[in-house]
Amino acid sequence: MVGEGPLPTIGQPILRVENVSKSFGATSVLRDINFDVKYGEVVCLIGPSGSGKSTMLRCINYLEKPEGGCVYLDGELIGRKVENGRYVDLKPNELAAQRTEMGMVFQNFNLFAHMTAIENIMEAPVQLKRETRAEAETHARQLLERVGLTQKADCYPLQLSGGQQQRIAIARALAMRPKLMLFDEPTSALDPEIVGEVLEVMRLLANDGMTMVVVTHEMSFARDVGDRVIFMDGGVIVETGTSKEVLMAPQHARTKQFLARIT
Amino acid sequence: MVAITFVLVAMLVHLLVTSSSLQWGVVGHYFFSSDVLSGLIRTLYLTAIAMLVGIVGGTILALMRISKSLVLSMAASSYIWLFRGTPLLVQLLFWFNIASFVPRLSLGIPFGPSFVSASTNSLITILAAAVLGLGLNEAAYMAEIVRAGIVSVDPGQGEAALALGMPKRLIFRRIVLPQAMRVIIPPTGNQTIGMLKGTSLVSVISLPELLYSVQLIYARNFETIPLLVVASLWYLIVTTILSIGQHFVEKYFGRGRTRTEVPSVLSRLFRTHRETQLTGSTDHYA
Repeated sequence: MVGEGPLPTIGQPILRVENVSKSFGATSVLRDINFDVKYGEVVCLIGPSGSGKSTMLRCINYLEKPEGGCVYLDGELIGRKVENGRYVDLKPNELAAQRTEMGMVFQNFNLFAHMTAIENIMEAPVQLKRETRAEAETHARQLLERVGLTQKADCYPLQLSGGQQQRIAIARALAMRPKLMLFDEPTSALDPEIVGEVLEVMRLLANDGMTMVVVTHEMSFARDVGDRVIFMDGGVIVETGTSKEVLMAPQHARTKQFLARIT
Repeated sequence: MVAITFVLVAMLVHLLVTSSSLQWGVVGHYFFSSDVLSGLIRTLYLTAIAMLVGIVGGTILALMRISKSLVLSMAASSYIWLFRGTPLLVQLLFWFNIASFVPRLSLGIPFGPSFVSASTNSLITILAAAVLGLGLNEAAYMAEIVRAGIVSVDPGQGEAALALGMPKRLIFRRIVLPQAMRVIIPPTGNQTIGMLKGTSLVSVISLPELLYSVQLIYARNFETIPLLVVASLWYLIVTTILSIGQHFVEKYFGRGRTRTEVPSVLSRLFRTHRETQLTGSTDHYA
């Protein structure tokens, strides 16, 4: 898909979520979710825990397989293809190739424990993009500089603070030069005083024009960095709009109630 | 308590030095004899090949056991049940006598025509019977060890690799297995030492490994005790070397698991030098 159409311009949707639904056993977690994310946009998913926002994020890169609906990245259907007029699941390796286009950052960092910071960043480019070690290392050092951790290149994850680990995890995801970054509560496992350093890296990333979908409880981040906010509750989108609209002047009673409690 | 221990040790030493049946001269005479050394070599390569079969087979069985396919996991469970549930000695005798159970082995289409065929006795030599008996039995134990190692790795590790776009096989090889090794290595070291001594069981199928070699000698000269001491000393020497090796392998796979830097193998050997160097920089990691 890349390079075929006209160059992407800001304002065009890069991610399209259409009628996505998901249930775990008898519990329905997502019901008929629809939204678009445009190039360069930062969209924050907010809502109470159990509202389905993390599941929604994981449906985008198919870590969870939605039962209904479609996810398109840059016009390409994720996880499935149409064959003889019906949807067929992609082969595991085809799905893996699609995932290289999306970076993901987890609540618990999930850095590879047996690799140093720089090895964590180089692993996917060397193994998947067939970059030489030298190329990957040059890029990795640039990324380390971008997240402010050049000094920690040779440290193992356990030797780093939570905030440092999460910044390395962001660099690791960026190393694949993704079109889209997914953040699943990136600061929820961090001490309040080091939340700021991770949010700062994310803010710089947003300023550089990276398209981001962020599940977060950090309302100040959603307000200052987010372009748009999607408020979810009970597996549905309750309210969506620009950050200022939703956070400053919520229309829906449920949104007002949630925001009143969290701030 | 200390006094009792001291007396007991003194008695043992006295026995070892003065016993008339334990002639150290005889021990010394046979310690490097060519028959004993070739027996030792056979013991070593039997241990190596059987452990190789055990580790490779055990890894495959472990993957089968944790697979989503019921057929694969049931097959692996049944294998483990069978090979762990019968004595190794019985299994060795079974492989040794396999020809009377399956007289001919052939390669071809199952239940169809065969392309090559040979008598079982010519294929399953004594050595092959020993390797099959020891290796297939070991695989059953290694399967459980490898499975425990794989299960011990945080599922978040695999998820992060999946999100990066790594295919399943690559994730297993690069992310899961290296971390599982930390849990797999210590019991595998035990198993290897157990295997080294377990090879002595194949003396019953008259394969001249270390024990059978000394048995052949003392059957001629009746110097039973000195020759058993020769074998025991060799087992102790190899076990000691294996234990040292295990220590370094554990250090390697434990990397990233301590908050302080793990010194390299070489720097451990030159510890005093290293410590003086490190004192200046320890606060860096504190």
